[in-house]
Amino acid sequence: MNTLTIAWKSIRQRRVASLLTALSVALGVTLMVSVLVINGVIDRMFNQTASGYDLVIGAQGSKLQLILSTVFRVGAPIENLPYRYYTELKKDPRIEEAIPFTIGDVTQKGGFPIVGTIPRYFAMEYVPGRHFRINNEGKFLPGTWDAVIGSVVAKQNNWKMGDEFQLVHGSAEMGHVHDEKFKIVGILAPTGTPNDRTVFVNLRGFYQVSGHEKPLDEALKREAAFFGETVDEEKLKALMEANAAHDHSGHDHSGHDHSGHDHEVPDAQKEVTAILVQMKGDRLRGFTTINFQSEVQEANQAMAVNPIRQIGWLMTNIVGNIRTMLIVMTSLIILVSGVSIFVSIYNSMSDRKREIAIMRALGAGRTAVFTIILSESVLLCLGGGLLGILLGHGLVFIASPIIEARSGLLINPFAFSSIELVLLPILVVLASLVGFIPAMTAYRTDVASTLSD
Amino acid sequence: MSLLLENVKKSYREPNGSTLPILDIERFELKENEQVALIGESGSGKSTLLNVISGITAADSGKVTISGTEIASMAEVVRDRFRAERIGFVFQTFNLLPAFSALENVLLGMSFSRKKPNRDRAKELLALVGLEQRLHHLPKQMSVGEQQRVAVARALANQPKLLLADEPTANVDIANQETILQLLRDACAQNQIAMLLVTHSQEVAKQFDRVETLTDFNKVHAKVSL
Repeated sequence: MNTLTIAWKSIRQRRVASLLTALSVALGVTLMVSVLVINGVIDRMFNQTASGYDLVIGAQGSKLQLILSTVFRVGAPIENLPYRYYTELKKDPRIEEAIPFTIGDVTQKGGFPIVGTIPRYFAMEYVPGRHFRINNEGKFLPGTWDAVIGSVVAKQNNWKMGDEFQLVHGSAEMGHVHDEKFKIVGILAPTGTPNDRTVFVNLRGFYQVSGHEKPLDEALKREAAFFGETVDEEKLKALMEANAAHDHSGHDHSGHDHSGHDHEVPDAQKEVTAILVQMKGDRLRGFTTINFQSEVQEANQAMAVNPIRQIGWLMTNIVGNIRTMLIVMTSLIILVSGVSIFVSIYNSMSDRKREIAIMRALGAGRTAVFTIILSESVLLCLGGGLLGILLGHGLVFIASPIIEARSGLLINPFAFSSIELVLLPILVVLASLVGFIPAMTAYRTDVASTLSD
Repeated sequence: MSLLLENVKKSYREPNGSTLPILDIERFELKENEQVALIGESGSGKSTLLNVISGITAADSGKVTISGTEIASMAEVVRDRFRAERIGFVFQTFNLLPAFSALENVLLGMSFSRKKPNRDRAKELLALVGLEQRLHHLPKQMSVGEQQRVAVARALANQPKLLLADEPTANVDIANQETILQLLRDACAQNQIAMLLVTHSQEVAKQFDRVETLTDFNKVHAKVSL
């Protein structure tokens, strides 16, 4: 009969107290594991989502707001950029790819964000080494009034191929519903990124939606102001007259299907909310990106933001702090559980002194009885810890469909965090610390006086 | 295994600071395979004497020599192992571990020696004391007589050379007293184990060929005439 068997026998003897003690450890570990698993998912999502492009270019303002609205589709976008800025930018020989984004509308059902973009967006990697996948018959926005929807949108809105929907400007409940309808021509496979909760519409169609094109005179004046040019009044007059031939903003759009008659909106009337930029080059790409970013900043027209840096800032200063706080809280729970192990074993010592004295009389050394008590503490902690790990992953397993439905986060409940591997040795150390005093009590037991009591 | 006590003194310090002498033994010897009953009244120091012999308690002075080795000269770890391997102990209150079955209590007795606990031998010993049907019973599921028989089996577990029995029949009924005494005497005789049994009972003591009396802090050497 070895030390562990003897310790296990003692635990079983006090099974109710032992079970409650181990459960308190399990509870702390369950919470910590849940925090770690979900944190791992959030961490991956934040760090990988913006991996397909080097820079996000938008109107001057809050860098974080630009990244949140463009990459994570959260919050309102900042000001728009003239479309000409995009057309000139994509001519830059250092740029491999420039993808325009227009953001601001949502779906009436579910309030999912709508992004107007071009089919080439789907050729970019959404996380390193992963490309968008679409359903078998799906296509990446070939037509003006085509839409591709994320997996969560399809699931929650119960939208299928061929379904049509309208865009809402502003909020889903209060906003203005545009008349034009977009048709679903593709459903994306789950990506575990905000793309799952996004509706992509063809940029050309987006511009053709009533009210999306800026009034020509206003657009030209704004464009001129943006580029520091003066407005040629005669040219403006001529353009206005030509535009009057098809006064898009003048006629009533309600009740007629725009998808039947495409009309190209003049570039001057178009705007983009953001431009995703992928630089050329391989080894020197980082250097080129920094130079290009500086140039954009110096031109003082727009801002170029490195999404990774902004996400890093967000992770360190906001998400990281919340994570740290949660880990500290769960660590404290585990610590309190450790104290309860101490109390449980320590309280049992007065009853068990006789047993220890008997073992000593039978020839057990002081070290042997010390080890038996310490083993008890370690077994309780490890048992509780292993149970907590199982319960933690079980909890995430149960919660993952709910989290997935609400946030679009793809959670693997059985993904192990490296911290979990450290957790068990930490529990052994904790058990050794809390078991030390009761073990010393056993070590110092006066055999003769205890047996004579 | 022979046992020799020479000028062994032991006293306890009382709460008021004075000392209370318990043992003052000029000479006491137990020869190999000998069985001796040591008689004394309650509080006369019988249990203290057994504790001193087994090394559980250190004597204030004098020598306790077992088979030529002085107990006090051993390091505590060596003394503990010596006790585990060479000395069997039977207590008045059985001192079985309540969470352990009869078999496990015997195996526990084997756990602190260098030999690997032998399950078959533990079963044999329990069969020897007539408990082959009670291997997996907990102490609380057995009568006091059965519990003491488990304690006897445990004391024999490591094939000791010296068996110390502290009032082994004091807490059992008369029928079991006979059984337990006979078990102890037969087992010691068959396995060449020297036995020192302390008792306050003349009835128990008279079954031994050699009986010694331990009076309060008096020398143990007079043979009691029955």
